[in-house]
Amino acid sequence: MIKRTITRRRVLVGSAGASSLIALSACESAAPARSDIDIPTPADRRAGYLFFNPIEAAFIEAAVARLIPNDELGAGALEAGVPLFIDRQLAGPYGQGDHFYLQGPFSHAEKTQGWQMPNPAAVYRTAIPDVNHVSLDVMGATFARLSKDHQDEVLAALEKGEAKLPGPIEASAFFELLLQNTVEGFFSDPLYGGNHDMAGWKLIGFPGARYNHREFVSHHGQPYPLPPVAIGGRAAWNRS
Amino acid sequence: MDKNVDVVLVGFGWTGAIMAERLTAAGLNVLALERGRWRDTPNDFATTFDQDELRYMWRHHLFENVARDTVTFRNNQAQVALPMRRLGSFLPGTGVGGAGVHWNGQVWRFLPTDFKARSHNRARYGTAAIPPGMTIQDYPVSYEELEPHYDTFEYLCGVSGKAGNLSGKIQVGGNPFEGARAREYPNPPLEMTYGPTLFAKAAAEAGYHPFVHPAANMSRAYTNPLGMQLGPCTYCGFCEKFGCGNYSKASPQTTILPVLMKRPNFTLRTGTEVTRIERDSTGKRATGVTYVDAQGGKQFQPAEVVVLSAYILHNVRLLLLSGIGRPYDPKTAEGVIGKNYAYQITSSVDVFHDDKLINAFIGAGALGMIIDDFNGDNFDHSGLGFIGGGYVGVVNTGARPIESHPVPDNTPKWGSAWKKAVAANYLKAVTISTHGAVMSHQGNSLDLDPTYHDSLGLPLLRMTFDYTDNEHRMSDYLTDRAVDVAKRMGAREHAARRRKGSYSIVPYQTTHNTGGAIMGENPGSSAVNRYLQSWDVPNLFVQGSSAFPQNAGYNPTGTLAALAYWSADAIITRYMKSPGPLVHT
Repeated sequence: MIKRTITRRRVLVGSAGASSLIALSACESAAPARSDIDIPTPADRRAGYLFFNPIEAAFIEAAVARLIPNDELGAGALEAGVPLFIDRQLAGPYGQGDHFYLQGPFSHAEKTQGWQMPNPAAVYRTAIPDVNHVSLDVMGATFARLSKDHQDEVLAALEKGEAKLPGPIEASAFFELLLQNTVEGFFSDPLYGGNHDMAGWKLIGFPGARYNHREFVSHHGQPYPLPPVAIGGRAAWNRS
Repeated sequence: MDKNVDVVLVGFGWTGAIMAERLTAAGLNVLALERGRWRDTPNDFATTFDQDELRYMWRHHLFENVARDTVTFRNNQAQVALPMRRLGSFLPGTGVGGAGVHWNGQVWRFLPTDFKARSHNRARYGTAAIPPGMTIQDYPVSYEELEPHYDTFEYLCGVSGKAGNLSGKIQVGGNPFEGARAREYPNPPLEMTYGPTLFAKAAAEAGYHPFVHPAANMSRAYTNPLGMQLGPCTYCGFCEKFGCGNYSKASPQTTILPVLMKRPNFTLRTGTEVTRIERDSTGKRATGVTYVDAQGGKQFQPAEVVVLSAYILHNVRLLLLSGIGRPYDPKTAEGVIGKNYAYQITSSVDVFHDDKLINAFIGAGALGMIIDDFNGDNFDHSGLGFIGGGYVGVVNTGARPIESHPVPDNTPKWGSAWKKAVAANYLKAVTISTHGAVMSHQGNSLDLDPTYHDSLGLPLLRMTFDYTDNEHRMSDYLTDRAVDVAKRMGAREHAARRRKGSYSIVPYQTTHNTGGAIMGENPGSSAVNRYLQSWDVPNLFVQGSSAFPQNAGYNPTGTLAALAYWSADAIITRYMKSPGPLVHT
């Protein structure tokens, strides 16, 4: 569904952009004329995980369900597809650290110096067994098998750095990454596999990928009347 | 070897585009070398896919890729600098248009006294007002000299705003503290959203002087002096960190490039990374630049004049890699290249309403209401223990939810309580921000890192920087004023986010890095003269905020653009007629 919408948009945008190609042709060898539109790459929607193994998947599904729970306000991170989002991110260029400087040497950092870890995929791969190790040691079971209360205790210990992971990844640094990726998966465009049915946006009232709010600028204090829409449209608009 | 050109530009963002347009209009043969790729509105940030927070903000799609090269960072000389492995505090651009593609469009002029930071503060507060180690200097150019060039940039960009001082006459609704301007902004103010409106009302009640933020977001259809047409802003809330798909935000793409690209005496070569400025045997004349082309081949480009117009960090690094100018030594405060690196200090106050729907997702990059009562020397600093200041206001840039979901103090960072707080406050929060100056200090500087290298094997730039007492006192003072206004906004509660402790390279603050190749009165204290001409190599000019002797409490783009026009004028009217030093010492 998403793919078809994007293909249609490619054609529309391509024709709208035709006038700019006249300007481009005047720049000789200088500015290479580009006919390729730099559209985003949607998440791979085939069933199953591409990055996580079953043990890692069990951890992620359990952890994101505690970070953003399913409760009286509605869907949480699990229902919104956040595990799939994180999986696809880690299986792709982000996971490989395509926008990270990864040359050594790696040293201990002051907090103000920021990320001094390997790429995100490697951080997850190293840290998840470490968290299960700590969880088993302290709580008597791997993270996914703990009660929700005990899961919350483990997460809080990671967050505060009270839990010490056996490997090189600092507990609080892993927690921070996991929380950041979870929030990303909950609030990013559904194109990337999370925010299923725009659950994150509906929760807070964000209208999504709209590009014209002119009419509503002066409606001070008034409810915004339109439902959210994503880059790939909305279920009611798209043929599935 | 490539054929000789009159001028080679290194880097093609705002200053490169401005220089290219001016110099080609004067008949010079200009080549721009840009290491990134071509980018334009319909292909790279069309409205059909531009509103994508994950891709552009969090996956850095329009930003510099630090995998290729980055800086190393430490707070002080005693620490070991480590690579900034992931972008955070600042977000430089890459590719054609540079950061001019993903900026907010906040166009400010510095105050007349900002250009005389040292002499003015000494005269008003005594010599003790400038503590030992604070290495601020006067600019070698005045506000009055730059005024016509500020004006040129504002009209190029179609800035929406309201003048506060027309030729010395204070105007109702504008910034009464600003320097005199010759004429009104080219476009009227943007229509105002609710959050800034509430701030302005409370600020006026507190006795301050709110005015509309000058914005390079179009309040109406506009044709600039080059004939470029821009469309009215749609308040979509995706300016900062995004391109504009609607031709409504001024950028090199929307204001200059379509005209420039048609000129036969201009060539742009993308995918070219300049690694060195080459000189003749005297060392006093640049012969051109060496660059690595898109295929990885090493090339030499001869030129009569070399202009560095890359981001500040690259300008400084190229000077150091080329051995031009004496590197600065923070221990002795001698030398000039890398001296007086500065930044910005920011803080904010989140204001939470119970009954008012703010809908902050309706926004534009420079849509806001500001008070300038506490910027620069607009207020009496006697007894305050700091100099400088900043603006305070609500700038409604949008509320993309991954980045912007403010919650009250003492809310957990996750779990049901967090979810509930985010849901309850997202539509009802207003954020007041403060945007403070950073003075220059002896220890804050740039040099080459001894350990880490870029993808070509060249040393990374090393940044040593921390806030001093001056910045913390000033930022606290601004935050207190913001809290004063917050209390008058009739909200349920507010939460002040002060900037405490050492500078951190992790959270996004501003892309307002300055200094390192500063302009000044003489070669002993500065890298370039008042025309941004190298003291050591007179056919080399260094553009951008690297020239700022210290930072002011404003966004830098207006000033660095005005300096580019000023410098281009000097090259055309003086240097080309008689090549050589434009200032004699």
